[in-house]
Amino acid sequence: MISERYLNALVLLAFLAIPVWAILADEPFTITLATRAAILALAAVGLNIALGIGGLVSLGHAVFFGIGGYAMGILAFHAQTYTPLELGGLSLAGTKSMPVVWVVAMITSALAALGIGVLSLRTTGVYFIMITLAFGQMFFYFAISWSAYGGEDGLSIYVRNEFPGINTLVPIQFFGVCFVILCIALYLNARLAASPFGLALNASRQVPARVEAVGLNPTRIKLLAFVISGALTGLAGALFADLNRFVSPTMFSWQLSGELIVLVILGGVGRLMGPVVGAALFVVLEHWLGGLTEFWHIFLGAILLVIVLFARGGVVGLLTGKEGAHV
Amino acid sequence: MTLLRVAHLKASYGASQALFDVSLDLSAGEVVALMGRNGMGKSTTIKCICRMMPSEGQLVFSGHDLHQLPSHRVARLGIGLVPEGRRCFTNLSVAENLLAAARPGDWTQRNIEDLFPRLGERFDQQAASLSGGEQQMLAIGRALMTNPRLLILDEATEGLAPLIRSEIWEAIRRLKEQSDMAILLIDKSLYELSQIADRAVILERGATVWSDQISSLTPEISERFLGV
Repeated sequence: MISERYLNALVLLAFLAIPVWAILADEPFTITLATRAAILALAAVGLNIALGIGGLVSLGHAVFFGIGGYAMGILAFHAQTYTPLELGGLSLAGTKSMPVVWVVAMITSALAALGIGVLSLRTTGVYFIMITLAFGQMFFYFAISWSAYGGEDGLSIYVRNEFPGINTLVPIQFFGVCFVILCIALYLNARLAASPFGLALNASRQVPARVEAVGLNPTRIKLLAFVISGALTGLAGALFADLNRFVSPTMFSWQLSGELIVLVILGGVGRLMGPVVGAALFVVLEHWLGGLTEFWHIFLGAILLVIVLFARGGVVGLLTGKEGAHV
Repeated sequence: MTLLRVAHLKASYGASQALFDVSLDLSAGEVVALMGRNGMGKSTTIKCICRMMPSEGQLVFSGHDLHQLPSHRVARLGIGLVPEGRRCFTNLSVAENLLAAARPGDWTQRNIEDLFPRLGERFDQQAASLSGGEQQMLAIGRALMTNPRLLILDEATEGLAPLIRSEIWEAIRRLKEQSDMAILLIDKSLYELSQIADRAVILERGATVWSDQISSLTPEISERFLGV
């Protein structure tokens, strides 16, 4: 068995080493895969705050991923077509600045999470899952019908957004941007989990009534966690759209919400590095098994079954010998 | 000055009425024992005070009508509850249990360690792995970390070894002597209650039937209402 702290450091080093190896081996596609894994890991880190610490099984987290993606797509679309964005009487210019896009993506996702959370957190268990799923489907069908931004066909962005001092079109540089953001998110996640707020969120997952007895409002705590979670997932959506230079309604799909949950379960629910390990494993399986058969999800399902039945702490739990999820 | 006033309290579990007419007063620095046989409404009264179940009647704490407040707001007003059955946050460590509940005030982890040295040795240990007595100490410590003006202990020594029970009674005694916190105690140990409590309130079938200085509790009253 390996200590979790040591494993966490090892995972980050491996994440960094793979693209470096890809440069030396002249395998640029591997860098793109690593970037995809980093972005999916960021989305799963966001979900892990709600799911892993707060116990909120959201089957609608793709909403925030999609909102982040469309925030990027819409701003970039108006920048590349030199048309203003008309917003309730306001005429705004588009932008190709990544930091601006990130801020917009996070704010819009957070606002959506606030609205969805206020309604969804009135329920628990299977009803919470169903309400979040329903919101996901609403956004999905809205995106399909939104013809101004491509409707069902989605929206193509011709040039990747810009980041000061970095050529984002160079795969390794864009990977660097995503990796740094992932590291910052992991650091904030670790700090949040150990803070009184994170501990109260963890306790709220166990027995809300006991949390109330110490003067804390578990619903408000969960709502704040849901908003933070949504904002991070939205940021991941913006980066994902930038990676593909394309946004489409599939970013809102319930399948994507399900995949984000799978990433967290594969790596280890509530584990700091669980989402990273899960995303890396997912991308590797997707690439490797996907090359063998288009029905690769069957094998992913089998792996998920094994994890759920025999390694409830996910891969991280299996390697560290600790089943219990405790961040 | 009265800190908590409960008057003519009524409460029901669905169609079954549990409290018919409970009344009790508590002042700052006072220790009151809430007594009665099993099923007479002691824990239900506590739940009503902490707004964990709906009730009718007068419930006033420090001038605030508790009926208007949700459970967490009641706790923030300064009512700390040590619930029956310990109920710690089992997958958090001892220190994390205390930190999660902490609010500004005199009570800190250091004070808790002074009160329960046994707990201080296990700050990094997961609450689930503590013994029953240590979990009870943690439950008391967690309630104290909210810096309450009224501490409610519901069967705090139930099912514990005699040595641990005496440690907990000693801690309660120290709390009484060293702070002006009011304490509302529910316990089956008449002897210990008579040593610590200033007053006693006895419930019988969901109603207050006796309330006076605990020193006035005669063997006849004990036998009649408590069965001892």
